[in-house]
Formats: sequence, structure tokens, C-alpha cells
Amino acid sequence: MSGQDSAYWRANVRIILVCLVIWAVSSFGLGIVLRPALEGIMIGGADLGFWFAQQGSIYVFLVLIFVYAWLMNGLDRKYGVDE
Amino acid sequence: MDQFTLNLIFVGLTFAIYIGIAIWARAGSTAEFYAAGRGVHPVLNGMATGADWMSAASFISMAGIIALAPGGGYTQSAFLMGWTGGYVLLALLLAPYLRKFGKFTVPEFIGDRFYSGGARLLAVVCLIVISITYVIGQMRGVGVTFGRFLEVSTDTGLYIGAAIVFAYAVFGGMKGITYTQVAQYVVLIIAYTIPAIFISLALTGSFLPQLGLIGSYAPGGGEQALLAKLDEVVTELGFTAYTADTPNMLNMFLFTMSLMIGTAGLPHVIIRFFTVPKVADARTSAGWALVFIALLYTVAPAVGSMARLNLTTTMWPNAVTGNALDGDAVSLEAIQTDPRLNWVKTWEQTGLLHMEDLNGDGRIQYYNDKNPEMQALAAERGWQGNEVIRIDNDIMVLANPEIAALPSWVIALVAAGAVAAALSTAAGLLLAISSAISHDLIKGAINPKISEKGELLAARISMTGAILIATWLGLNPPGFAAQVVALAFGLAAATIFPVLMMGIFSKRVNKEGAIAGMLVGLVFTAIYIFLYKGWFFIPGTATFADVPENYLFGISPLSIGAVGAALNFAVAFGVSAVTRTPPREVVELVESIRVPRGAGAATDH
Repeated sequence: MSGQDSAYWRANVRIILVCLVIWAVSSFGLGIVLRPALEGIMIGGADLGFWFAQQGSIYVFLVLIFVYAWLMNGLDRKYGVDE
Repeated sequence: MDQFTLNLIFVGLTFAIYIGIAIWARAGSTAEFYAAGRGVHPVLNGMATGADWMSAASFISMAGIIALAPGGGYTQSAFLMGWTGGYVLLALLLAPYLRKFGKFTVPEFIGDRFYSGGARLLAVVCLIVISITYVIGQMRGVGVTFGRFLEVSTDTGLYIGAAIVFAYAVFGGMKGITYTQVAQYVVLIIAYTIPAIFISLALTGSFLPQLGLIGSYAPGGGEQALLAKLDEVVTELGFTAYTADTPNMLNMFLFTMSLMIGTAGLPHVIIRFFTVPKVADARTSAGWALVFIALLYTVAPAVGSMARLNLTTTMWPNAVTGNALDGDAVSLEAIQTDPRLNWVKTWEQTGLLHMEDLNGDGRIQYYNDKNPEMQALAAERGWQGNEVIRIDNDIMVLANPEIAALPSWVIALVAAGAVAAALSTAAGLLLAISSAISHDLIKGAINPKISEKGELLAARISMTGAILIATWLGLNPPGFAAQVVALAFGLAAATIFPVLMMGIFSKRVNKEGAIAGMLVGLVFTAIYIFLYKGWFFIPGTATFADVPENYLFGISPLSIGAVGAALNFAVAFGVSAVTRTPPREVVELVESIRVPRGAGAATDH
């Protein structure tokens, strides 16, 4: 693998790791593990943890995939590996 | 026009569309049969993936499971997060790289990356076990849905469904399936959303069900949040609150994880990403798939909670504005004469709803008769037990238009939507099975010299065979159709997902590691499920009763896939560390799939 390609791959893996942290925090974190701690915070008629478990995490996932795709397109162009 | 004629017209019209599309999109080459010629626009592919993914279970059952789960609705959020979060993993970890690899099937990647026909065959075995288990449930779903709406027997319904799938899948292959699924998605999402919007308007005044869920309860004056009202009404009757916390956090965590990585490892979902033109399209296409899936999945908890509240206030009319138990339960007379309660009669006829006036007081008391406090109250008031003897989860979606008193064409639309959901998933699974047989077994192992034309014929014959077997299994389900979630998701999570991920992200994992990892994941997960659900699902052969007290560390068989996946990773890395490194050309293959541009880059290296 050329130096250019490994730099591209390292940058790619970094983006993936950041995205996976957000993915885990919004679902497993806010939706499950932290729910009891966040009990008092309300979004409309739902407590924050409940809302993240049934709605919020899905919205986060959506934004996450498109932001990831946008970042990767930029990365592809920067390293000249886009199609 | 009566309901039956309307159902017939709506279902018939949508069938005509599917068949028309199939004739227009006939597959002429193996590239078209397996991967729709790789020319599918990412948005259309997202839509097709949505239909492929959302089965009869998502469409008909999910909202009901969330609404009626004995442990409360919040615990069932695992389905909502798990079945959507998997798409993040697909977009980030699998789809772009498998698209770059540029072949037709999942076992083909595993065979090439791990330079082993054995690994490829093992992947075929996993794929077939996963897909067959899954397809049986779908075929049952097709039969039941047809049976219910076309007023034929489940078996006849199954034959009709199989004939329709045959018509467009065998001739159209992936190309025909893709465009049919786009049409099916449009039908199913309209059918799901229209009743949801009306029920949300009626209960919360909010047009968007997603906002209605966190809105306030309009019929009660809007002073109380919908969820608070729901919790109050159901706990008054002795049921667990809808928003009650989970009794076992570890299990909910692992169940969500299993569903996520299982989703990302399901072969019929993965192959949908082989059909887009570019690597960048595979990433955005996963995003579009989730957009279209989220349109249904964010509505589902609203449908579930609102339908549950509607149902409860129907049974206890006083609950609309006050406390349920301050007034009387609904009377048998009202059920017979009140036109607003017609749906109770209709659904009693299907057997999905069964009520019985046990104490003969002319009223139907609906409460949790397992709750000691309610038992005391029942003794005081002369009740003889919960008189809603049976209430099927599926009612929450299917009876929704009638409960909300929507016109009959909406009910016909829901019928067409349910049929579309079951058919599209069945077609996707059948394609995954048939391409594994024709491409991985026949071309890959038995007769590598087969001509393009011969392989296309073999693909069509395998598809026909797969439909016949699926139909037969649908007619004679081996008693484990209901365990599909445990086995299909568990195995996809414990075998396919880890091996694909390691194939992309590690250059060190070798043939021996991959095979050992897959075997351990497969055997461990299957055995754990069999221990509680019966060996090979034969009734009565379970070693332990399927109750939480018996689980290892409280982990339910439904959640074991995540543990199986962890074992797969550990064993694969361990074995690879003590065996030879993969050959040079495999390392180059891995380097090549990591970079989007130019399939030639690795060979020129």
C-alpha cells in the first residue's frame, strides 16, 4: 500500500471511529444505560432516555450516515481516489 | 361497494403493477440477475432496501409487540434501535467495501478474501440456514395476510403469494425484484402512514405521529401528555406502564446489539448494496435506505401507543376523561349495536380477538388478572378474570383504520400494504438463497466452466427450487417459524458480520482464523438457542425452560448473537496469530477494497 493510500485509510478509520462513538452513545448510552440517570429531563411528554430509545437514536443514525458519506466524499477527493 | 371487493381491487391492482414491472425489467445476463446490472440509482436502491428489509413482521406485528409487551413498551425499543442502527454499521463498515470488491454474493467475498473454498462453503451453509429460517416466516406471513384479506384459506393464500413471487423473481432476478420492491415500498409506506396520521390527529391533534407520541392527549382535554395518560390507564388496570424501565439492562443492551449486527449481517440486505454504480453510492444508499425505513419505524411506536390507548378506552369508556374504574366496562350490548365498535365484532370473527363474559354481567372487563392487587379488586367486584381472553399483537396495525373509523378504501390499502411487505422480503431472501446456490455452489464449486447462459439458467432453476421449498416449508412449518428472530439474527450476527468485518479491517486474519471463528460463532449461538428453544426446534426437546431464571448471566437466547459475535472475533484473531499470515495477493485484495477508485489499482501494485 502506498503512503498516500495508508494515509487515506487512517483518515477513513478515524472518521468511522468518531461516527461509531456517536452511534453507541445515542442508542446504547442515552437510550439504555443512562436512561435512569436522565429520568427528569423531558422532551414533550417523554423522558429523554425513552425518547432516544424510540425516536431520537433513529434520527441520529440518519444524520450520521449522511454526514459520514459527505465526509468520505471529501476525503476521496482530497486523496484523489474518488470515481 | 363492500370491503371484500375493495380489497380485491386494491390487491389485484398492485399485483398487476408488480407483474408489469417484472416484464419490463427482465434480466438478460447474470450481472442483471444477481446485481441488477449495477445500475440502480442510490435513492431507488434505498427504497428497494426499505421494502426488502421491512417484512410482514415490521409492517403488521412490530407496533403491536411494542404496544402489548407484558414488560411495557420501552423494553421493546430494542427492535426500533436494533433494526435501524444496523444500517449505520452497514454504511460504515461493510457496504462500500463489498461494493468495491465488485462480485455477486457474500460467500464469494468470504471465499476470495480467505482464499478458501471451505470458507466459501461454510458461508453458504450459514447463509442458507439464515435465509431459509427467515423465509418461512415470510411465506407464513404471505399466506396469513392473503387469507385474511381475500377470504381464502392460509394455504391458498400461500399458493397465490408463491405464484406472484415466481412470476417476477424468476424472470426478473435482482433487476425485476429491485423495481418491484420500489413499487412495493410506495404501497406499504402509504398504507402504514395514512391510518397513523388520522389516529394521531384524533388523539393528539398532531398531524405527525412522531410528534403525537410526545404530544398531549386531546380527548381528555389536552392537560396530560399522551404517554402519561397511557401509563396511567394501563397501570390502573394492573398492566406494566408503557414507559416502564427494563428489568434487565444487560439483556436489553445485548438484544439491541444482536439485532444491530444481525441486521448488518443479513445476506439479503447486504447484496442490495452490490447493485449501485459506485462505492460512494453504496454509502449514501445505506442512508437513503434508513430514511425510508425510518418513515415507518419512527411511526411504529406512535401507532402502538395510540392504538393501545384507543383499545383500553374502548373497553373502559370512562377512561377517556377520568379514571377507568370509576365507570363501567363496555357492555356486550354496545359491542353489538354501537357502529363505532363494529371493529370489535369484525376482528372477533378472525379469531385474533376473543372476548368472553366470564362472570355473566353483560360487560367485558379488561384488566391484568395476574396482578395480585387486581385480583383483590376483582374479588370485591365479582369479576371472574380478564374477559379479553385473546388479543393478537397484529390487531394494533390491522384494525387501526377501523378503530379510527376510516373509509373502507383505507382498509383495502392496508391489505395491499401488508401483502407488499411480505412479498418484497420473501423475494429478496429467495434471491439470496438462489444466487448462493447457482453462483457459489454450482459455478464456484461444482462446474466452474459453466457458460454465462448456463449459469443464468441455473440461477432461474435454483430460484424456482427455492420458491418450491419455501412454499412447502410455509405449508408445513417446522414449528420454529416464530423463533426466526433468535436464529436468523443470532447467526447473522455471530457468523456473517464478524467474518466480513475482519476481512475488510484486518490484513492479518487468515483462512484458519476465519473458518474457526465462523464455526465457533455458528455452533455456540445455535446450541445456546437450542438449549432453551428445543433442539432443532423440535417441541419438547428444550434442555432448560425458556425463562429468565435459567439464562446464563441473564442473557436471553434472543440476545446471544452478540456474544457469539464476540467469540467469533476472539477465536479468529487468536487462531490467526498462531498460524501463517495471509498470502501477498490477499493482502493486496484487502488494500484494493479499502480504496474506492479503480479496480486495477491492486493488480498494478
